[in-house]
Amino acid sequence: MSNFISDKTIAAISTAQGEGGIGVIRISGEQAVAIGDKVFCGVNGKKLSSMKGYTAAFGKIVNQDNKEVDEAVALVFKAPHSYTGEDVVELSCHGGVFITQQVLRAVFEAGAVPAQAGEFTKRAFLNGKIDLTEAEAVIDIISAKSRIAARAALFVKDGVVRRKIDEIKESLLSLTAHLSAWADYPEEDIAEVSDDMILDVCNNAQNQLQKLLDTYDSGQAVKQGIDTVIAGRPNVGKSTLMNLLAGCDKSIVTDIPGTTRDVVEDTVLVGDVILKLSDTAGLHDTNDMVEKIGVDRARKRLEQCRLLLAVFDNSSELDDEDLNLLNLASDIPTIAIINKSDLPQKLDVELIKSKVNKVIFTSAANGEGKDEITSAVAEIAGTSNLNPSDGILSNERQRIAVSNALKSVDEAKSAVKCGLTYDAITVSLEDAISELLELTGEKTSDEVIDRVFHNFCVGK
Amino acid sequence: MEYFAGEFDVAVIGAGHAGIEAALASARLGCKTVIFTINMDAVGNCPCNPSIGGTAKGHLVREIDALGGEMGKTADECFLQSRMLNRGKGPAVHSLRAQIDRRKYSETMKHKLELQANLELHQAEITDIRKIDGGYELVTRMLAQYHCKTVIIATGTYLGGRIFVGEVSYESGPDGIFPATELGKSLKELGLPLRRFKTGTPARVLRSSIDFTDLEEQRGDEPPQPFSYETESLGENKAVCHISWTNEKTKQIILDNIHRSPLYAGKIEGIGPRYCPSFEDKVMRFKDKPRHQLFIEPCGLNTEEMYMQGMSSSLPEEVQLKFYRTIKGLEHCVIMRPAYAIEYDCVDPLAMNPTLEYKEFDGLFGAGQFNGSSGYEEAAAQGLVAGINAALKVLGREQVVFTRANSYIGTLVDDLVTKGANEPYRMMTSRSEYRLVLRQDNADERLTPLGHEIGLISDERYERFLEKQEQKRQEIKRLKSTVISPTDEVNRILVSRETSEITMGVRLIELLKRPQLDYECLAPVDTGRPKLNPNIFEQVEIDIKYEGYIQKQLKQVEQMKKLEKKHLPNDFDYKNIKGLRLEAQEKLNKIKPLNIGQASRISGVSPADISVLLIWLSGINRSSNGN
Repeated sequence: MSNFISDKTIAAISTAQGEGGIGVIRISGEQAVAIGDKVFCGVNGKKLSSMKGYTAAFGKIVNQDNKEVDEAVALVFKAPHSYTGEDVVELSCHGGVFITQQVLRAVFEAGAVPAQAGEFTKRAFLNGKIDLTEAEAVIDIISAKSRIAARAALFVKDGVVRRKIDEIKESLLSLTAHLSAWADYPEEDIAEVSDDMILDVCNNAQNQLQKLLDTYDSGQAVKQGIDTVIAGRPNVGKSTLMNLLAGCDKSIVTDIPGTTRDVVEDTVLVGDVILKLSDTAGLHDTNDMVEKIGVDRARKRLEQCRLLLAVFDNSSELDDEDLNLLNLASDIPTIAIINKSDLPQKLDVELIKSKVNKVIFTSAANGEGKDEITSAVAEIAGTSNLNPSDGILSNERQRIAVSNALKSVDEAKSAVKCGLTYDAITVSLEDAISELLELTGEKTSDEVIDRVFHNFCVGK
Repeated sequence: MEYFAGEFDVAVIGAGHAGIEAALASARLGCKTVIFTINMDAVGNCPCNPSIGGTAKGHLVREIDALGGEMGKTADECFLQSRMLNRGKGPAVHSLRAQIDRRKYSETMKHKLELQANLELHQAEITDIRKIDGGYELVTRMLAQYHCKTVIIATGTYLGGRIFVGEVSYESGPDGIFPATELGKSLKELGLPLRRFKTGTPARVLRSSIDFTDLEEQRGDEPPQPFSYETESLGENKAVCHISWTNEKTKQIILDNIHRSPLYAGKIEGIGPRYCPSFEDKVMRFKDKPRHQLFIEPCGLNTEEMYMQGMSSSLPEEVQLKFYRTIKGLEHCVIMRPAYAIEYDCVDPLAMNPTLEYKEFDGLFGAGQFNGSSGYEEAAAQGLVAGINAALKVLGREQVVFTRANSYIGTLVDDLVTKGANEPYRMMTSRSEYRLVLRQDNADERLTPLGHEIGLISDERYERFLEKQEQKRQEIKRLKSTVISPTDEVNRILVSRETSEITMGVRLIELLKRPQLDYECLAPVDTGRPKLNPNIFEQVEIDIKYEGYIQKQLKQVEQMKKLEKKHLPNDFDYKNIKGLRLEAQEKLNKIKPLNIGQASRISGVSPADISVLLIWLSGINRSSNGN
């Protein structure tokens, strides 16, 4: 029902997913600037709300736990001078699926709702920013997308997620129907509802919903990819490793240290997991201005990645740069890759093992060690424990619906615990059901009532 | 030969619960009104249970009263026993129900119609309805012609009524009164989409033939609460009800004779309600259930007829007698009136606007069972809506649409005209998404200002209402400013209610917020409490305790209101909108929703269709503004 309520502030990633170095999150609606201010802290301390339209600020994005997610440029457009004709904030962050998703999530946490198919354009039309002929095109977009969505929903109908959701929905519906029958037919012979009964169903639903949410990130790793950085000192064999994983020459591989001057990106499939690889310049101090920029960007990347492949040279001792990398590695899920294992060992492998939980020996040049890397990646991405038959939520909108349902179930539980009457509890349960029904594309209205008559012998 | 009998602003066909409210509302709003009843002794008849109210229905009665309707007042005047159902299950589902003296109820209502200014009550069967210039011509069995600007059809189960008792079947209205046999044809010729529904009622048993010795008693509340905000007190409960149970023997008799049920033998084509199943339905649908409950209710003070709630049936009379006699207390029962099923003509409510006027028939309204509902209270609620709107139409005033956000009445009407009815529609609390806002205790707060605006609530009553609202505001202010000190006495109360003690002064309102505490238990420490109408304390306490939930629902209400402000045209072919799915086009063309909000509730209209509608709507608005 909330899908088409147009006074909500909407947000979505407006650049193509996972492409390029920059991701743009567009927020549009009355609350756009206020939401922008909740997630964006300008370096100059200036609030977006104090900025004029068509101006930009540099700063960082923080989530609701006040953790920094990324750096970003925020662009402010004031109604009606924006694409949609509403207040708009655009956050340009460091591309990459994971980071962009995290920024979007922070924006949702701050109060925005996911934009529907064609919704920015629809609003642009409703606010008079585009004309009637263009509107026809918008209708085409919406109806086409809804047909695609309908097909997708059909597909999902037999899917694991759908079955999971149906199961949870079913248990909540039965409970709500029981509560309704019990309230609407007080004199009939209907079993009393007890706190324990409600808590049982709620706990069960809560566990299942939580499981779906828990697998979301690792599911995304499978579907969308993990931001991964390959780091190590110059000429340690990073580019060769990247090529080993990618299967073709991407970086310029030479024997001159510092050949890779910039972040090079590629998407590779390692086992079940998509890695969005950045091959970085080394982390050494340098006087070369061009190289310095590359080194700085590499550090930035390192701080933001979800997986670090730290590459070391088996044939030489640890130097300062290696130690720097090891220190950074202790905060990031890391696989240490000891390259050039075919050469005599001079490296203090024990020290590396003490800092990093996964150590793998490879000879990138000979193509050895790829299988070990594959299983290590699966373990770290959480996909080794990910059972595809558990079902994986496939997008942010599904995640929000499940997380809202979970919130409502929590609410119902705490209402029971603090002794509120069951009519209030039913309201929370119905909210949870309607979130789940929205996910599966059904309408709420008469579900509960149909269930009452199906399950209970009521009526005079 | 037909003769001309008079001209009226509003004519009401049928003087049951719907017709009564319709006629009174119209006459009270100043319209010259006529109401026809097929039998003068059947005005305000209660052919089924001798009670008014019940879950969600009690809400409807309070709302009718808050708008200036009559049902609540008359029920109060005729009450035998009154109970607030669902105490302890939460304020949203509290519902008042009263056992009433059915003869007295009927007589009282008839007398009120007789006394009402601007209103004529006639015994007449309407046999024909014809469209004429500026309204309709009604013709009676006695060939009288009435010319009426607007007509409200409230025919109940009389229209094409047919009774079934086992193999026996005959044309009849309820309680053996003759049916309206001609009007149905005329309505069909006019073009109304008629169909058949079915309902039923249990037997009436002679009181002295029942052995009450081992039966559980059910008594009324002390003190009993009235329905009407205008009734000061009811006096004492005058009757008790009794509870008994069916058993395996009862079940066996049903199973042995089920082939003799007209429903199971396929003789009844009408669709019956799931929530009002016959006893044989219950047995067949829930075969594992060993026993079913029944309530034995008195029909009045001056009769020995007892109503067997829960035991309606259309099995042959001899089978009825057999299975009733298997029930404890009924071993030697004498059946005075047998149970029966009744089939009748009604209309597809999708043909109506939320004003209860037919879309294709200017000035023609419907109310009650004719619209596909079931129940006295549902009927009365629609009667009130139809009566108000017919009158407003005649007076050239803007018609009123009750909304899901302001009432159960609005929810009932919206459900009927938006979702339709595949079976007789009964009100239930689970039908309202705004239950914590639409409570039976605050019906006056929600509707009395509207009733005053319409003209059914007098200035004096409105003044009293405003005064009560002011007292309520003052009381909340007092709760916010009164500080309770952490004395032993307070903490003794808190501990006895299993909630934490206080260690410093706490505002009274904070204590009342705790689910474990209420006005009653805090009385000893709340020494400055003023003497107020108990309903004020009730409303204040609920508003405080459920504030979070109420706020949440009010927000949802606001969102829905925005969509309901986006009006849709009623003369448009949705097939012309590119991008709407075929199913949506067909549903929208059939239902012709008044606004986007109503459109969004139609099954088969998806959120994407609504987006397309919004774009299209904004397109025509813009082009009509010359942009």
